[in-house]
Amino acid sequence: MWQLKLYRDMVLGRKFEDQCAQMYYRGKMFGFVHLYNGQEAVSTGVIQALAEHDYVCSTYRDHVHALSKGVSPKEVMAELFGKQTGCSKGRGGSMHLFSAPHRFLGGFAFIGEGIPIALGAAFSSLYQHNLWGVPMSVTACFFGDGTSNNGQFYECLNMAVLWKLPMIFVVENNQWAIGMAHHRSTSEVEIYEKAKMFGMPALEVDGMDVLAVHEVAKEAVERARSAKGPTLIEALTYRFRGHSLADPDELRAKQQKAIWMARDPITQLSSWLIEQELVTQEQLDKIHREIDIIISDAVQFALSSEEAKDLYQYVYAS
Amino acid sequence: MLHKLFMYEALREAIDEEMARDKRVFVLGEDVGHYGGSYKVTKQLHTKYGDLRVLDTPIAENSFTGMAIGAAMTGLKPVVEGMNLSFLLLAFNQISNNAGMLHYTSGGNWSIPLVIRGPGGIGKQLSAEHSQRIEAYFQAVPGLKIVACSTPYNAKGLLKAAIRDNNPVLFLEHVLLYNLKQEIPKQEYVLPLDKAQVVREGSDVTIITYSRMLHHVMQAVKQLVAQGMNPEVIDLISLKPIDLETLVTSVSKTHKAIIVEECMQTGGIAAEVMAQIYSHAFDELDAPIRRLSSKDVPTPYNGYLEQACLVQPTQIVEAVKTLMST
Repeated sequence: MWQLKLYRDMVLGRKFEDQCAQMYYRGKMFGFVHLYNGQEAVSTGVIQALAEHDYVCSTYRDHVHALSKGVSPKEVMAELFGKQTGCSKGRGGSMHLFSAPHRFLGGFAFIGEGIPIALGAAFSSLYQHNLWGVPMSVTACFFGDGTSNNGQFYECLNMAVLWKLPMIFVVENNQWAIGMAHHRSTSEVEIYEKAKMFGMPALEVDGMDVLAVHEVAKEAVERARSAKGPTLIEALTYRFRGHSLADPDELRAKQQKAIWMARDPITQLSSWLIEQELVTQEQLDKIHREIDIIISDAVQFALSSEEAKDLYQYVYAS
Repeated sequence: MLHKLFMYEALREAIDEEMARDKRVFVLGEDVGHYGGSYKVTKQLHTKYGDLRVLDTPIAENSFTGMAIGAAMTGLKPVVEGMNLSFLLLAFNQISNNAGMLHYTSGGNWSIPLVIRGPGGIGKQLSAEHSQRIEAYFQAVPGLKIVACSTPYNAKGLLKAAIRDNNPVLFLEHVLLYNLKQEIPKQEYVLPLDKAQVVREGSDVTIITYSRMLHHVMQAVKQLVAQGMNPEVIDLISLKPIDLETLVTSVSKTHKAIIVEECMQTGGIAAEVMAQIYSHAFDELDAPIRRLSSKDVPTPYNGYLEQACLVQPTQIVEAVKTLMST
């Protein structure tokens, strides 16, 4: 059942991030670690609408995007531990996860810098489709509300529409750019309205409702794949934790957090599945138990892997 | 078989040949298509290869450079033209974080077979912003290769090699060398990217230079030879990584070295070359290494001031003579 697949993917993301928090506080992972709790419906809803040969481009908050695209939890956890077995061989870390086999373009840590990269992947798909008939791949590019005030965003909206690139711009509007509230940073709070100025189809969706996100994503993927051009999806969402594990998170009001946490995308989907009598509680519990094992295996794998070695490997490609 | 070409034509031939050879190669940048490139390096290529493979971009340096990187990661071999290489300061983030470092930070997941080329250096009264020597700024970026051509012959062979390389190559063409003419082979040739070239063999002193300053050096060498000196001249070609082996071999023969560059002295290419020679061949030196760089000022508009900013052949002659007398 496809809804159950979405549920499973969101639970994997949530439990993985909860484990990351624990491992960070136990001193197993370092640096800036940005968790995705609360936003799972966006990653799952969009990425599960893609095919294997499609591309995903992410930001510094990239763990769950990588997992949704199929990168193994073992390889992601090992990367966070800085191990040679990590998906970026321990050279990247939390903000720089990459996996060419999964067409996961990567975690890009500067605001907006991933958008041109995603644009390039989309251009490459169009080029290879037109010149030698390769089936069209679609590129989904994720970024936040803060990025929508950055020049690269506008430059790429322009080029994506100009060349009808097979691309989906996914704005995860969690309303906070670290401590900067969205309405304090932008002249037009409806981000999707900005894309419309470029003639790009754009819409707003409830980012806490995975079924709604999935529905609009499927339409956007279809548009892109049939060479009709890009779409912008603005998903309204919320992060349940601070900006990163180093953020004291003092600015967001408790009441605001409580309102959003009551709309947890995972509980919302589980309630719906039970109400619709599509699954039993026992089936959902079984998924939780299976994922607990996957996470525990990932931690064991990361712990027992060797540290990254050979400082100079990968400076230049052969 | 030889034919006589301007440097811009030699560069155009290189791109044309590589595009014909490999469908993954494409050109993008401001006015590279219908207009033919600001210095005509891509003239008429769009009629032969179409608008997708010779892509005119909006004026958005950081974004189209990033786009080229994304395309390079996913199966294509882009050649970006910086209309003026100075403009690529606007793309510094993409060139540094994503072109230079991504192969490393991704643990080898992605390679970036990318060429970024265009007119650089100090031209004729183009003022400060259009007269940058960006090699100084970019030399610190890990994972980048930086190559400077100096003649129509090496421009063609090196650009072909840069396009075939699996790494990001910043390829510097000097704005005042496009109209340099030379007889070059009609048959295909490719030159190594990582080798310095001994342009003139000599025994008294090693003069190390690159790009347009090679021609100032060669003017000076004529006078020095007339005065009985026998300098060795090395064109660095590869500014990153430096071909230390060729430099050390030469210095071990001449025991004296002078570096002539167009970039600023502070943090310039000569600073790095000096440090490397001192680290690896200090015992071979009979005198401290000299360097002649352009002055640490924004390139002035005024013609006299601009000339004063640059290293002139007479200064090279004087500096070599002084070095020889120590």
